Amino acid sequence: MIQLIVFLPLLAAIVAGLGNRTIGNVPAKLVTTGALFASCALSWPIFISFLTGGAHAHVVPVLDFIRSGDLSVDWSLRVDTLTSVMLVVVTTVSALVHLYSWGYMSEDDSQPRFFAYLSLFTFAMLMLVTSDNLVQMFFGWEGVGLASYLLIGFWYKKPSASAAAIKAFVVNRVGDFGFSLGIFGTFLVFGTVSIPAILAASPDMAGSTIGFLGARFDVMTLLCLLLFIGAMGKSAQLGLHTWLPDAMEGPTPVSALIHAATMVTAGVFMVCRLSPMFETSETAQHVVTYVGAATALFAATVGTTQFDIKRVIAYSTCSQLGYMFFAAGVGAYNAAMFHLFTHAFFKALLFLGAGSVIHAMHHEQDMRYYGGLRKHIPLTFWAMMAGTLAITGVGVLGVFGFAGFYSKDAIIEATFASGSESGGIAFAVAVFAALLTSFYSWRLVFLTFYGKPRWEQSEHIQHAVHDAHGHDHDDHAHAAHGHDAHDEHDHAHGSVSDGTAGYHPHESPWPMLLPLAVLTIGAIAAGYVFHTPFLDAEHGAAFWQGSLAFDAHLMHAMHEVPMWVKMSASAVMLTGFVIAWFAYVRSPGIPAAFVSQFRILHDFLYRKWYFDELYDVIFVKPAFAIGRFLWKRGDEGTIDRFGPNGVAALVVSGSRLAGRLQSGYVYSYALVMLLGLAAAATWAMVG
Amino acid sequence: MSYAESLSLTLSEVILAAGALVLLLVAGWAGDKATRLISWIAVVLLAVAGLALLGPAGAAFGGQYQADSFAAFAKVLIYFAAGASILIAPRFFQLADGSHMGLRAEYPILILLACVGMGMMVSAGDLLSLYVGLELNSLAAYVLASFMRSDQRSAEAGLKYFVLGALASGILLYGISLVYGFTGTTAFDGIAKAYGDGVSMGELFGLVFVFAGLAFKVSAVPFHMWTPDVYEGAPTPVTTFFASAPKVAALCMAIRVAVVAMGPAAHQWQQIVIFAALASTILGGVAAINQTNIKRLLAYSSINNVGFALIGLAAGTQQGIAAVLTYLAVYVVMTIGSFVCVLQMRDAEGRPIEAISALAGLSRSRPGLSAAFAIFMFSLAGIPPLFGFWPKFLVFDAAVAVGLLPLAAVGIATSVIGAFYYIKIVKIIYFDEPGEEVFAANNNVVETGLMLLTALAVSPIGYLAIPVLGQLSDRAAGSLF
Repeated sequence: MIQLIVFLPLLAAIVAGLGNRTIGNVPAKLVTTGALFASCALSWPIFISFLTGGAHAHVVPVLDFIRSGDLSVDWSLRVDTLTSVMLVVVTTVSALVHLYSWGYMSEDDSQPRFFAYLSLFTFAMLMLVTSDNLVQMFFGWEGVGLASYLLIGFWYKKPSASAAAIKAFVVNRVGDFGFSLGIFGTFLVFGTVSIPAILAASPDMAGSTIGFLGARFDVMTLLCLLLFIGAMGKSAQLGLHTWLPDAMEGPTPVSALIHAATMVTAGVFMVCRLSPMFETSETAQHVVTYVGAATALFAATVGTTQFDIKRVIAYSTCSQLGYMFFAAGVGAYNAAMFHLFTHAFFKALLFLGAGSVIHAMHHEQDMRYYGGLRKHIPLTFWAMMAGTLAITGVGVLGVFGFAGFYSKDAIIEATFASGSESGGIAFAVAVFAALLTSFYSWRLVFLTFYGKPRWEQSEHIQHAVHDAHGHDHDDHAHAAHGHDAHDEHDHAHGSVSDGTAGYHPHESPWPMLLPLAVLTIGAIAAGYVFHTPFLDAEHGAAFWQGSLAFDAHLMHAMHEVPMWVKMSASAVMLTGFVIAWFAYVRSPGIPAAFVSQFRILHDFLYRKWYFDELYDVIFVKPAFAIGRFLWKRGDEGTIDRFGPNGVAALVVSGSRLAGRLQSGYVYSYALVMLLGLAAAATWAMVG
Repeated sequence: MSYAESLSLTLSEVILAAGALVLLLVAGWAGDKATRLISWIAVVLLAVAGLALLGPAGAAFGGQYQADSFAAFAKVLIYFAAGASILIAPRFFQLADGSHMGLRAEYPILILLACVGMGMMVSAGDLLSLYVGLELNSLAAYVLASFMRSDQRSAEAGLKYFVLGALASGILLYGISLVYGFTGTTAFDGIAKAYGDGVSMGELFGLVFVFAGLAFKVSAVPFHMWTPDVYEGAPTPVTTFFASAPKVAALCMAIRVAVVAMGPAAHQWQQIVIFAALASTILGGVAAINQTNIKRLLAYSSINNVGFALIGLAAGTQQGIAAVLTYLAVYVVMTIGSFVCVLQMRDAEGRPIEAISALAGLSRSRPGLSAAFAIFMFSLAGIPPLFGFWPKFLVFDAAVAVGLLPLAAVGIATSVIGAFYYIKIVKIIYFDEPGEEVFAANNNVVETGLMLLTALAVSPIGYLAIPVLGQLSDRAAGSLF
């Protein structure tokens, strides 16, 4: 069964990818979507059997992979609680995103390719989460990286999309380099890459040292940090986060699937999978905590100033990933996984909702040109509302709450309960970031759905209105986005004064709304339904079955934290809501005034703490300079000049010389013969 | 051994010589009208002579003549090339208006006589029989080169060939006399015995002069100067003949002299052969690049190829000799195929076109011919999976096996240069814009058949022949050791 779950998407990807145009759009979409729904349908029973305690961890061997000396690697599929959680997350979101793409990508002219990539991604992700050894995990890790690259650059004719794809790939390379060093080191130290064997041997290794880069380091700290660098790259943690916001150049379903719900959480999954390793190194745990906290704070601050709807959600994702990491850092791996689980639903929902908005607004992504959409696309509005309630963590203690209420509050409480210094800092950051989360989430809702329409300044909308009049229906910039004009605008030349420019947004088709509905249910109920098995001290141990380092003591302490700690999250959530309401609904002049007052601060945040500029100066420019030097001076100036080009020039001049010697006169021919004879005789005599 | 037995061992030469004389009478009787008939009879004679090679092996006339599998292997190639050269001639000399450019009944007869000479060359077991065979071949060749007497270039080619050939013969004869003077014999086994006792200065000089004379025949650098001029000037069927049969004969003769007569002085002649091999591959590759005449280009190509074959001889081992024989077999097929393609280059009147630029855009008007051209060019360049790759690989392998690594390396480097001009022709055919020149259509069954046959043989299908070819060449080489 698990084989089917993993390999159906691969099969579908091969069929759709190789069949491509020959099999046509609909069969390609049917095959991939069908395979994903089948995978999804097979995954839930596994998850439920772990929930009810009916299943036990087991490994299904598939093939021999590598046998070389001491290194022995198998293809095998590991099924335990941790895997089953990831299975339902990946297959559910992927299946819904496949369905959603029927609507969202309906106008694109290379749909089979898109669906093949999506399915290929899903296969790689499933390979990652079912891996029983580090090499197979690395295979999945690189596979999702490849699929991510292909999908970010899906509209490869758009220079910005190509650039974003390359950026994502290169930044991930940095992380992957750390990860591969970690794998090499692990093999060096443990003599195996099998995850269970490594985890079993880890406690004995604690405290031993190893030479690396000319100094002695604690083995476990070094290995954990190297592996964590890989996790930072994939999960866009501070320092290696720069690719994630740019990745929004990809189609929105991709953002929902890969850059919100699944791939970016791979780093969190890896840390949880290897949690017994991280438990042996306090230093590594501190690093994880601090990096997570820094990312949560950084991304949340940047998120408050962005105008692109997808970028806001992207920074929100970045920030929430930070939450998961510091939860893992303080030892609450199950809380991290729970947040991963709920986050997958509400963040996918927010992205798909944003996609629905973008779809309705004719590919306008700038929230400054939205406004007043609540009445035009009510279903999307309610879905987004559910997502916002979930991410901001709305709920009443002991009664009911949206998904984020359980998972995020658990993390905040766990940081406090851990009692360590790093935990304390993380707690402070978590509460402040929750305030920012609430602010930017509501800001998004208010800017998009409330107020008066501000559509007339949007070029996309102007194009749409223009096109609707049938002047020329050809290739405007947006045509490359795979969408065409909404043709039904009969009276588009309406009055301009209402800010609509005569444009009428339409609700998305049902293939897009159905996934929104399903995810809305998840965003509302996932926390309430599943918080007991994931978080509870007693039920949790039974549920996780040792698939991650479960700290029952910490879970107990978490439930016993003071009331003000428990209420703090709700309090800042309300505060954030009120600020956003004042600034964007009550008196919309406040943001502009604030920006002019604190221009430096706003610029600092709006330019994302100048990370891109900094990296440009430190890495990109020198790399280009070195590259140019090696290209112009090293390759063309030296190797080519004295190598191929030099030889070619020599041959040509030799050819000319030979032509001149071939004079046509018999006596000169005879002379050459005699000279040759004389030379041969001389040589024979001397030699 | 009685004369009867000796004569029976030389049956192929007897058949060809007697046949040639009879045909000469027929030609004298019937005149040029009988050319076609005589041509076909000549081809039949070549086939019969080829069958006669199946006879017993042995030494005839007191060791002057050796009938062994080495000679037989060479003769099969020679007869095949000669037969093809006879068959393609009538169409070449024929003009569209029915007149012809001077094909006479003597053409096939001269080729038969040249074959007798070449048979003697490859079978010679004595320097004197070698010289007689060589001159018999050369005299026929001089006449063939100037066969279009009224054509200035053809006459010039014949004259050049004759003058320089005479010089080469002089060098060779001087070498023979030196060898005789210092060893007291002209028989190969006697010479080998004398060289085995140590090589004196006189013997060394004899060796150098003999090899210089032989190098002229195989047109190895620096004795190659006649080749481009003669190839260009001679009628194309004659050029086809020159590029194939005498090359085989001269190389095989050189191999027999080197291995059998002067084997003990291998160290001395190896130096000369290595130099000639290097110089030939390099000059053959470099000088071809600037050529605008397809026949001149193929002349340099033949120099280049001789260089590669000499690499196998330089190795001096049985493996090396077998590699040379395989090389020659494939080379003959490729060369005949390429020249048949060149024969297709004629204008509406039937006059030959030789400019490479006329091939531009040929793929659009003559796809079949273009494909054949491409196959031969790629094969000559030694690009797998075409068969031309295999013999190149064998000679390099043989050279590497005896530690001649630098020689093999240079050989590979020069084959890259060669690839440039071969592939340039393919580029001109397939990618250049067609010019105004349109070739006359081909309606000759013989040419089409030959082109198809040779193209198939050098195509990847040719690899099927490797076991047979390998075994035959190995046995042929083995008969020398």
